[in-house]
Amino acid sequence: MDMHTFFFYFFSALMLTFGILTVTTKQLFRSAIYLLFTLISIAALYFMLNYEFIAAVQVVVYVGGIVVLILFSLFLTHQSGTFLVRPSLQSAITAAIVSIAGFGFVWWLLSGAEFSAAGVASNEYQVTQVGKQMLSFGRNGYVLPFEAVSILLLAALIGCVAIAYKQPPHLTSPKGRENKSQ
Amino acid sequence: MISMLIAVELILNAVNINFIAFNKFLFPHQIEGLFFTLFIITIAAAEAAVAIAIIISVYRRFNTINADSVDSMKF
Amino acid sequence: MNFSMTIWILILPLATFLITGLLGKSMPKQLSGILGTLSMGICAALAFNIAYNYFFLVGKVGDTFQTITVFKQTWLSFAPFPSGRAGDGLSIDMGIILDPISVMMLVVVTLVSFMVHLYSYSYMKDEPRFHIFFSFLSLFSFSMLGLVVASNIFQMYIFWELVGVSSFLLIGFYYDKPSAVAASKKAFIVTRFADLGFLIGILLLSFYSESLDFATIIERLSNPDSAFLQTATAAGFLGASAMTWALCLIFIGGAGKSAMFPLHIWLPDAMEGPTPVSALIHAATMVVAGVFLVARLFPLYNLIPAAHHMVMYVGAFSALFAAVIACTQTDIKRILAFSTMSQIGYMMFALGVSGYGGEEGLGYTASMFHLFTHAMFKALLFLGAGAVIHHVHSNDLSAMGGMRKQMPVTNILFLLACLAISGIPPLSGFFSKEEILTAAFNSNKLIYAVGILTAALTAFYMFRLYYSIFWNKSHQSEKAVHPSPLPARMNIHSDGERGRGEASASMLIALCLLGVGTAAAGFIPFSHYISSDGKLFDSEFHLNLALIAIGAGVTGILIATLFYLKPNNRSDKFAASMGGLLQAARNKFYVDEVYEFITKKIIFNLISAPAAWIDKNIVDRTMILAGEITALVSDEVKTMQSGKVYDYVIYFFIGVLAISVLAVFY
Repeated sequence: MDMHTFFFYFFSALMLTFGILTVTTKQLFRSAIYLLFTLISIAALYFMLNYEFIAAVQVVVYVGGIVVLILFSLFLTHQSGTFLVRPSLQSAITAAIVSIAGFGFVWWLLSGAEFSAAGVASNEYQVTQVGKQMLSFGRNGYVLPFEAVSILLLAALIGCVAIAYKQPPHLTSPKGRENKSQ
Repeated sequence: MISMLIAVELILNAVNINFIAFNKFLFPHQIEGLFFTLFIITIAAAEAAVAIAIIISVYRRFNTINADSVDSMKF
Repeated sequence: MNFSMTIWILILPLATFLITGLLGKSMPKQLSGILGTLSMGICAALAFNIAYNYFFLVGKVGDTFQTITVFKQTWLSFAPFPSGRAGDGLSIDMGIILDPISVMMLVVVTLVSFMVHLYSYSYMKDEPRFHIFFSFLSLFSFSMLGLVVASNIFQMYIFWELVGVSSFLLIGFYYDKPSAVAASKKAFIVTRFADLGFLIGILLLSFYSESLDFATIIERLSNPDSAFLQTATAAGFLGASAMTWALCLIFIGGAGKSAMFPLHIWLPDAMEGPTPVSALIHAATMVVAGVFLVARLFPLYNLIPAAHHMVMYVGAFSALFAAVIACTQTDIKRILAFSTMSQIGYMMFALGVSGYGGEEGLGYTASMFHLFTHAMFKALLFLGAGAVIHHVHSNDLSAMGGMRKQMPVTNILFLLACLAISGIPPLSGFFSKEEILTAAFNSNKLIYAVGILTAALTAFYMFRLYYSIFWNKSHQSEKAVHPSPLPARMNIHSDGERGRGEASASMLIALCLLGVGTAAAGFIPFSHYISSDGKLFDSEFHLNLALIAIGAGVTGILIATLFYLKPNNRSDKFAASMGGLLQAARNKFYVDEVYEFITKKIIFNLISAPAAWIDKNIVDRTMILAGEITALVSDEVKTMQSGKVYDYVIYFFIGVLAISVLAVFY
């Protein structure tokens, strides 16, 4: 067992453990922290596969952005110390059935598929290539999805502001006006 | 609600791993999987932002973010 | 001579109907009556003018009366027949034709209608819905006139139904009286039922003749060599040829309107209408529509023995049947109604025994002649009865008696009409009846015997009626306390007249004019004007036959005199000896009951009830079940909409899973 394989199993185990902990823990705050570790393990996996760029993006966007956002929302909604309510047995069973069915279906598909390994695990991709292809108009060019995603991000940004924005004083209660004046 | 958001993030990450792994071991000369992963991350970020805005808004109105308690939109 | 003014005979009553119907409320009450009477008077004058011109100046070419088409406008045109044979295909025209019978009918209808208008003007003068009554009268006159001048069988059918509607309106004029409502419904439904036969007959005829025009139909179907007739007689159904079916069905329509057995049940009940209406509709005009229809299509009937015999036997049976019933009734208007039915039976069997052309066609002429004279004396009888009812406030014979001193003029006129209907010379009824009996004698002895018997019965019941009203005083004492079966409305308008006795002036004028008609109409040499084929002939006068007919009439009168002139118990004794027959006749031979049995027990129980059951338990249940299933399912579905996001997520994943499974497998 070489170093590479060891790290693969190590990070995979780490990732799975924290993933399971994320969904099983009772405390919301802990759940967020476990998620953080899961994401870091995934980033480590990306490193091992020589996708450094993706790993970096993973760390920056997920770890630095989303998890922090989640933590912020926890604090904003005063939920950091709360315990999660156990889901009802019925919904738990239904969810289990559905997810097992989905898993079975995917498993059945995968077992029937034949993968032909390319053999050479190469390292020939460069970040410059990513940038070029991202903005290319030609074959394998991703400029259209790029633009679409950028518009989506803009829309999400404006939407977030519009949703979370406190309503104007004349629409809300006197208390809201007080809050605003502070 | 936040735990739902966390779960969704996990699902998306699982998909990402799949994309990267398949890209790496089946088509190493292309980087399509990488692009998809990138877009998914971007969209996940946007989604998380919107979700959190919704959660805050819900919390203001109902004073809770327990998804089962927010059920005024029913028959 | 231009007959274009004929169209005014149709337009005037229609215009009067519209004006009095729409504006009657806002005009002075008497004005609508004056307007209606005036327009009818003009129509009558026009009709006389037309009749004079037609019969004496223009109509006769050589020795044959022509059919003049005054006006013809295609109203609905259908595609020509695919066979492409001669002719321009089916079309429904609105037209006016003048031939001897339609001109004669114009005179009859306008004259009687005019008299009835005149009479109603004072008879109905205290009626709050005076103008509506007159507008209905105008509508009826319009429909009837349109019917008689129709050039197209479908036009005739349209006016036929209009006549039905307006008679429905008039019979049910006292709509706050339940019996009147029931009677109008009965009349409408029975005649409507019969009209179904008429319609099918029309369709058959027009199918085989490829025309709806009277002249064309007759031309194509009456020639034994024509291809049309051969097709029509070759096609058969249930053992009779299509032609026979068509004519029998048309006769059923005519029998419905003319109250022939067994479709007569509406006529006695229809007496619930105001008396002038009875005089107009049920004596002179509407009820003879059936006779007119058969006469119109007479060349066809003459060709098909089965249909021709049907006309004859139904007519003869109805004549006898109604005469027997009339002897036992006590309601004065009902007696007259059955008498009408009996006389129309006469006309029918006269048509039935008639041949076509020349002397053979005596029955046809006689039938039309009797139609003409009957219109006069029966209208006189009804209007006279109306005057009596007006005076006594009761329809019932037992409330009357000894009225000859109180109403001398009415008495004389009524006697005149009774003598006429009994066939006593020299009044009009004698001549027409004598002709009918001669025609029957020449053709069928059985029918002749029935005719003689009926004539005797007619004389008997008419004089029973006459004596009971004007002579026999046995019921006088009851009169004062007899409760009036008429509606309160009828009582209002005679309170002031009760002691006066005689009817008012305009009523008397109408009665007198009809009396003149009754006395004089018989001297018209009808066979010089109306015959089955338009050619003229001289009807012979058979003294022997005339004597037998007179004898029958006189016998009837004598028996009636014996029984009813003075109060006595002879009639009771006789009644006791008749037993069950009398009882049956008094109950109109239970025909109504039979209808009741058929409709209630058989149709309702065997057809309607299962149909209703199926409707209620199967059709309705299916619908209700569908609704309940929908409600049940939606109840279930609605609970899925819990408002809980977790549930929605689960549904979402189930959906995703299902879609991906589908996408993989298909």
